[in-house]
Amino acid sequence: MDNWKDNKNVFWTLAGPGTFWLVMFFVVPLAFLFIMSFGGKAIINGEMSITEYDYFTGFGNYLRSLDPLYLGIMWKTIWVSAIATVLCLVTAYPIAFGICFAPERWKPILLMLVVLPFWINLLIRTYALIAVFRTQGYVNLALGTVGLGPYEMLYNNFAVIFGLVYVYMPFMVLPLYATIERLDKSFLEASLDLGASQYTTFLKVTVPLTMPGIVTGVILVFIPCLGSFLTPDLLGGANAVMIGNVIERQFKAANDWPFGAAISFMLMFATFAALMLRAFIASRSRGVDV
Amino acid sequence: MSIYQPRFAPSRRTLLKGTGALIAGITFLPRFSQAEEEKKLNLYNYDTYIGETTLADFNGATGIETKMDLFADMDELFSKMKAGNPGYDAMVVSNDYLERMVKANMVTPLDHSKIPNMSNIDPAFLDPKFDPGRKYSIPYMWGTIGLGFRTSAVEGGMLDSWKTVFDSDKYAGKISVLGDAQNVLGCALKYLGFSFNSTDPAELKKVEDLLVAQKKNIKVFAPDNGQDLLASGEVVVCQEWNGDIAQVMVEDKDLNYIVPKEGTNIWEDTWAIPVNGPHPGNAHVFLNFILDAENGSKIATTVQYATPNAAAKKLMPPEYTGSPAIYPPQDVLTKCENTIYLGEEIQKMRDEIWTKIQAA
Repeated sequence: MDNWKDNKNVFWTLAGPGTFWLVMFFVVPLAFLFIMSFGGKAIINGEMSITEYDYFTGFGNYLRSLDPLYLGIMWKTIWVSAIATVLCLVTAYPIAFGICFAPERWKPILLMLVVLPFWINLLIRTYALIAVFRTQGYVNLALGTVGLGPYEMLYNNFAVIFGLVYVYMPFMVLPLYATIERLDKSFLEASLDLGASQYTTFLKVTVPLTMPGIVTGVILVFIPCLGSFLTPDLLGGANAVMIGNVIERQFKAANDWPFGAAISFMLMFATFAALMLRAFIASRSRGVDV
Repeated sequence: MSIYQPRFAPSRRTLLKGTGALIAGITFLPRFSQAEEEKKLNLYNYDTYIGETTLADFNGATGIETKMDLFADMDELFSKMKAGNPGYDAMVVSNDYLERMVKANMVTPLDHSKIPNMSNIDPAFLDPKFDPGRKYSIPYMWGTIGLGFRTSAVEGGMLDSWKTVFDSDKYAGKISVLGDAQNVLGCALKYLGFSFNSTDPAELKKVEDLLVAQKKNIKVFAPDNGQDLLASGEVVVCQEWNGDIAQVMVEDKDLNYIVPKEGTNIWEDTWAIPVNGPHPGNAHVFLNFILDAENGSKIATTVQYATPNAAAKKLMPPEYTGSPAIYPPQDVLTKCENTIYLGEEIQKMRDEIWTKIQAA
């Protein structure tokens, strides 16, 4: 393979725009937020300023974000995201499996049906769920025709988790489909021939072999769920605050951007910790790795 | 093996061609006109907060093309304008946020000579504490926060106190309150007999305990759609802005609105001109236009909030001027307070309390 140093002009012509975009619109704003997280609102003439900031005032914001109040919200967020991810995995796996074993001419159509919700904005999909789940919504109307009373399906944790699973389902189905498609079906046949039951084959052969897809899907769902604020805001009730809502409020109502930046970075560190944990587990396992 | 090294070595002709194309391209960039203001206007406002035909009428009367962008709440307005005016000429600001923006030098003083229709304004609104002499703003609408409720679902068909939403489980699971710290904490303070703008930590702690205990009865914190929840039957009592409830009351005769006996806050929305707007002259023409009696009355008819425009009020029908939802009786008004901007430290304290309540 060519060494890029031999052809610097070609390399930078091709890699230039992408690198520029990454640095300009990702690294630079992130660095700015990072610096701001160590700052605070400027004290001008003895009172806190509305728009000016002091930089490098210390770790005050980070210490404040370790307060039990915010840690509690963070823990609840991790918990809700984990449940949503597991539910997503459990429902997406059969779907991906089914698409893989469908007749060839059906596969593109089925895949398109899974991807179709992406064509519609997240906000509108969430509003649609409100119309479906509220007291006079479609589900309750349908249940009402058979005499079952109206159920409280909106403005509670059920609605938030359902909303998260509904929105992130395609993110789970597609990586799983990609991995299962590449699975050599002869392994499954061999396992069944050797006397394993369907259940054992699934647990000991299929799952370890598709583990890369499962891990990718879990990461693609878990991390955005951690930061979601729209779904708990619209679908959640009085108890539905997640860390994303707190961050949003710091940047809007509370007008405290340094503190919002600090919580955002705490969330990012938590995400890194989760990724490191999964890399650690993957290196220790004997299975196939990404 | 020789490696191909691409070279950039243009001839003189290609260089001249390239420069010519570059200059031709640059002339297509938008030019900054220093001459007379172009006939355009950019407004920033809440949704459904202007008359149905106001903008079209303005265009017809002056030939100025108007574009109106929408925001959902004051925080969105403030955080967007804080980063620098993205090109708005006039915006709707509530009284406490106007104070904040004046302090942060985000609004320009008005040229009253360009707004002769200011004489139409009710004298009671000409010198408020948050904008002495109306230096930075003109009043647009004023109103109250109160209880909207469904008369058929409520005992006795009438409510009279904040207790229903803040301290009782009578309608548990069918209550909604507003979604921002200031209004919920403020009204709860009023319920407990304290000032809406209290900064006393002991009083705020009492409110925090009250709301944490009441949370299990509250269905949802609805920042702006409480009236929709009321109309669709999700809740039977909601804490909402009076105009929102008045708008759904027109469609559903079973709904009603009262200002609780403990009092509430009186808010006032104003139009102001942010700094660095591209068309301040047109903005002044617009402000003058909406202060006109006829246009003001059209706005009030659509929006159903109380208008501070005395000349417009004279043109309104008795269902509007006599409606207790829009114009609360005098004895209730004496117990109401304006919202004041309390400074950043107090905001921080109130926000912490709000987060605690939400997380409980």
